[in-house]
Amino acid sequence: MTAVARALGAFARFWKDFLIGEAPELFVGTLVFVGAAQALRHHGAVAVFLLPLIVIVFLATSVVRARDRS
Amino acid sequence: MTTSTVVLALAVFGASAVEMVEALTIVTAAGVTRGWRSALEGAAAAAVVLAALVIAVGVPLARLVPIDVLRVVIGALLLVLGLDWLRKAVLRASGHKALHDEDEIYAKTVAELSDGSAANAGNENAGSSRRRPRDATGFTVAFKGVFLEGMEVVLIVITLGASSGHLALAAVAAAGAAVVVSGAGYLVARRLSEVPENTMKLAVGVMLTSFGVFWVGEGSGLHWPGSDLMILVLVGVFAATALVLSLAMRRIGPSPSAEPDAVGSR
Repeated sequence: MTAVARALGAFARFWKDFLIGEAPELFVGTLVFVGAAQALRHHGAVAVFLLPLIVIVFLATSVVRARDRS
Repeated sequence: MTTSTVVLALAVFGASAVEMVEALTIVTAAGVTRGWRSALEGAAAAAVVLAALVIAVGVPLARLVPIDVLRVVIGALLLVLGLDWLRKAVLRASGHKALHDEDEIYAKTVAELSDGSAANAGNENAGSSRRRPRDATGFTVAFKGVFLEGMEVVLIVITLGASSGHLALAAVAAAGAAVVVSGAGYLVARRLSEVPENTMKLAVGVMLTSFGVFWVGEGSGLHWPGSDLMILVLVGVFAATALVLSLAMRRIGPSPSAEPDAVGSR
């Protein structure tokens, strides 16, 4: 394996660990959040209430899942 | 100075301080076992590479990418990072995950490096000799420790700095944290386990998550009520969420199989 291939592999592993790591549900939650922000951008009050709620739901889900796995 | 600028500086300073505590543990272990000259040179070399990364990636990013696109992408990255820090901080605070033990990491690193240097004469005086020749292992371990822990700081500096137009301020806040932690590390010697790392991580996780939510919204075209002041509201909401989750998980009870973190994990 060349040095370039090794470097690319390490770079890909870094981003996989960074984005997904031990909690893939948080990555999915972030994608859902970005989609919801795009969809709700013209619904001011609803978006202000719903967007933080989406984050809270995914965080709570992730914490409970981690507890169940341990 | 606006509210978001102050929170930004605090978030970068806090994140950098947490990561620097972890890096300092490794550099101290390398310095004591393999000689301070190589360890400090390794740490300095890593700091230079990290600074170069901020300039090479952060400056073009801030100038070339449209601000709304930048805020959505960067906000999403901050959200992933912030939520991961929050999740781990909640699990640690409630006893479902072992606390990050700097003493244990220090002892483990010293043991590994001492084994590797057993063949060297006069090893027991490694830390006291300033004229000791350069040691490749000490240099490499210190370089990797600072570089790996510093990569997240670089990401936070670039993301927070570029999307807010305060890249220089973010870099100065990170450098300030490195100086403060190094100074504190020198004063308290090896008592790094006394640093309230989990509390700091929870506070930074709350700030990163708040910035992530705020910027994804802004970049998507949402107008937050109160503009920048909404960041403080989000900080309050996510801090309360973390507190409630920690208390709820504590009531469930700690897991008997809570494993400590590996070195270098976030």
